[in-house]
Formats: sequence, C-alpha cells, structure tokens
Amino acid sequence: MTLLSITDLTARYGDFQALFGVDIQLEPGETIAIIGANGAGKTTLMRAITGIVPPSGGSIRLQDRDLTRAPAPEILKAGIAMVPEGRRLFPSLTVEENLLIGGQKRQGNGFWTLARIHELFPILAERRHSPATALSGGQQQMVAIGRALMSNPEVLLCDELSLGLAPVVIKEIYASFPMIRQSGTAIIVVEQDIGQAMKVADRLYCMMEGRITLSGRPGDLSREAIHDAYFGVSHA
Amino acid sequence: MNWLDTLVQGLLLGGLYALFAAGLSLVFGVMRLVNLAHGDLIVLAAYLILMITTALGINPFLAALFALPVMFALGWVLQTYLLNRVLGEDILPPLLVTFGLSVVIQNVLLQGFTADSRKLAAGAIESQSLPLGPVTVGVMPLMTLVTAVLVIVVLNQVFYRTALGRAFRATSDDMVTVQLMGIQPQRVFAIATGIALVVATIAALFLGTRSNFDPSIGPARLLYAFEAVIIGGLGSLWGTLAGGLIIGVAQALGAAINPEWQILAGHIAFVAVLLVRPRGLFPRAND
Repeated sequence: MTLLSITDLTARYGDFQALFGVDIQLEPGETIAIIGANGAGKTTLMRAITGIVPPSGGSIRLQDRDLTRAPAPEILKAGIAMVPEGRRLFPSLTVEENLLIGGQKRQGNGFWTLARIHELFPILAERRHSPATALSGGQQQMVAIGRALMSNPEVLLCDELSLGLAPVVIKEIYASFPMIRQSGTAIIVVEQDIGQAMKVADRLYCMMEGRITLSGRPGDLSREAIHDAYFGVSHA
Repeated sequence: MNWLDTLVQGLLLGGLYALFAAGLSLVFGVMRLVNLAHGDLIVLAAYLILMITTALGINPFLAALFALPVMFALGWVLQTYLLNRVLGEDILPPLLVTFGLSVVIQNVLLQGFTADSRKLAAGAIESQSLPLGPVTVGVMPLMTLVTAVLVIVVLNQVFYRTALGRAFRATSDDMVTVQLMGIQPQRVFAIATGIALVVATIAALFLGTRSNFDPSIGPARLLYAFEAVIIGGLGSLWGTLAGGLIIGVAQALGAAINPEWQILAGHIAFVAVLLVRPRGLFPRAND
C-alpha cells in the first residue's frame, strides 16, 4: 500500500497560485527526490504537506488517513516530520534541547532516541550543551535532521539540506541516509543539486512553475530530459 | 534617618513589585504580549480571595489556595477564547483588547464591590516583626520578598528544566517551526497565561494583606510592574526581580527624603536606568 499519496494538490498564497495539481506517490521505505529551480514550488509543496500552508485543493493521505488541511501539529503526530529549509533551529535552546523538543510529542516507542541520534551524528553528543546556533552550518543541519527524527516519523521531509553548505559537508550529511533508511523511514528530499538528488533517490520528480514536469527512476531518465524539465527550455 | 533601614524597607517593598511584574514578564517572554489588564487581574484576584475569605470564614492564605486554580483556569480561558484571536504580526490589537479588558474588569468590580476600600485581614501576623541585626523587619513584608524570590526561582526552573519550559522558549523563538514539533502555540500560550494569573494571585494575596485596595488601583500596579520588567530587560525573570527591587528601593529613598517623593522617585529610577541601559539590565541575547 502506498505510504503517502498526494493527489491533484493545489496551494496558493493569496492571489498567487504556487501549486497546480501536483501528484506524488511515496512507497514504504522509499526515498524520492523533488528537484527544480528556485521558485518551482518545492518548498510550498513541503509546507502544504506539513500543514504550514493549508492546501487549497486536492488531497494528502498517509496510508488510509486523510491529512488534507489538518493542522501542522496533528500532521507531525500522524507521522510526517520535516527538516525545514534554512534549518530553523530554536536559538534559545541547546543542541540537546532542540533534539528533545523534536521528540516531545512522539507517540509510543520507536527506533530513534537521543542515543541513536548521537550514534548517527557523534559531534552532537560532544556539543550537546552548546546553544544550537553556536554550531557550524553543517552541524546545525545535523541537529535539524536529528530533531525531525526524534518524533520517529513514517515520512521524513528534507527541504534543501545542501543549501549553503560546502560539498564535503553535504557528503557528510547525506552519509546519514543509509541508517535513516534502515530505520524504515521513507524520505522525500527536496534538492536544487541534481547530482546529489540522483545519487540518493529511488525515484525523482522534477518541478517547474508549480507543476510536476517529469518523474521516473534516475537510471531511466536522460540528462537532457531532466535538463529540459528543470529549466523548461525546449518542448512545451 | 537610618539609611540601612530605608534600604531594607525598600527591598521588601520591591519584593511586592517583583511579584506584580513576574506574571507580566512571563507572558511577555513567551508571546510578546503586553497585557495592559495585568494590574486589574491582580485586583480581581484580591477580590476573589476576599470573597472566599468571607464565604468560608477562613484566613486569606488558605483562601488564596482555593483562588489559585480558579485564576489559572481564568487565564487559560482568557487566552484561548480572547487573546489568541488577536495575537499576530500587528502588536496593536492585543494592546487594545487588553486595554478594553482592563476597563471592563474595573467596572465589573465597581458594580460588584462598590468603590469602597477593602483589605484582607491576615490576623496577628500583620503587625509582627523580626529584629534582623540593626534593623527591624515586618514578618509580612519579609514573606513578600521571600515569596517573590521563590516565585522567580520556580519560574526559572520551569523555563529551563522542564519540557513545558522548552516549549515556552521554542514557541517564543519561532511560532511556525514549533508546530512542526507537534506543539500548538495557542495551547502553550494558554498555559503561560494561566501560570501568569497564578503568580498574579500570589501578588494579590500580599497586596491585599499589606494595604487597602479598591477597583481602581489596577493601572498603577501595572505601571510599577511594567517598569520593573523594562528595567530588568524584557523576557528576563531575574531581571524582573532586580527591576522590582530597584523601584522599591528608589521609592523608599524618595519617601525618606520627602514622603511626597515616593512614587516620583520610582519613576525617576526607571527613566535613569533606561538612559544608561536602554534595553534594561539583563536583555535576552536573541531579541
């Protein structure tokens, strides 16, 4: 059974329509990537799924549960957690407190605990009492991922993990993915970096101007097709 | 004139001002809301204690225990059904609503209890005093200051040692992202206002046993509380305690020089601190 199905989703900010009939399926244990240029609607899609921007049409279902227009806290409790763009750590909280608040509303027991997060990112154990914003960008990204995992989500959304980070740091962040996948969590990554997206994803969706323009397995898609879908150059 | 005695009496008075201010500081720290009805809510709590005292024939300290949960519930309801609706980007609506609430509370109290001055009778303890080295201090003023310090200590523990405090700080940092943690800001705010009114009830107990009160004295209590919060630095609970003590000492010194100067001296101290430290004594780093 499909884990997360997004059907004909539309979203708008006032008069501006940001998403036009987006369809996305996520299977259990799968990792998919959504790529696209700035302003393609990727972040809006993430915000619609997590309830920050309520969709104006279409539906979002997690297994057999309808989450369309559910408030954000309820969506988290249903099993969808997000690593937001720009990390958005809580500056008044320490590294450890940022992780703990992610797990504050967890339902029952799960794989991810403070100890497991420390195993995934050992540096966070070392810096546990530092204010979260005193860390480097890459370390902050690790806190943001750990914070989202602490709720033991069925689906982990990662919005622009690589934004503003050095290539070596990006590699280090993505090195955590095998363990996350092993825990059974399905992942949606939003990336501007096509190469990175092709490496981690089982399937790709390409977005442009609020629509899905291309989807498929990385191996089945040609560079040209992705290029066209990304920049919208050749065909209509 | 005994300067040491004046200083001590000022600190004790400052304890009361810190109690007035602690709830205001908590609410501001969590939701950036300036509750202009805070002083009137303290007066309301004093009348509630008075009602319980008369109805059950018990002393005000015991009556306050009954009043605490009632005021917590009132805070919760007030936040959930009124204040949460007006909180947002614009800071004006909550100011206007709490200003209106202040007028409503004063008039309801006037209708219900007339304009007569009332007092909570605590019995013999009111006039008891302790010799403390070279000065003599009243038992009640000393209890007020000790309670103020305890309230600040407990609030700090809640803020920095509990899951609720974590939610308070995170919600204050970022109302949107905290929802991604499964936390509803509106609920966090309701609990914060509930706790603020619990502290207001404690303040009301000491206000009412120490001096007379009537329905119109709320706004002046708000002013002292507000000055204490600003002097201490917005959002800092220890700063609020310090702010209360500074105003208390300034008033005592002013009164020692000339009784007419008591209130004015407190306001002058407030302006003087702001001239030197515009953001207060202990401003939060990330404001």
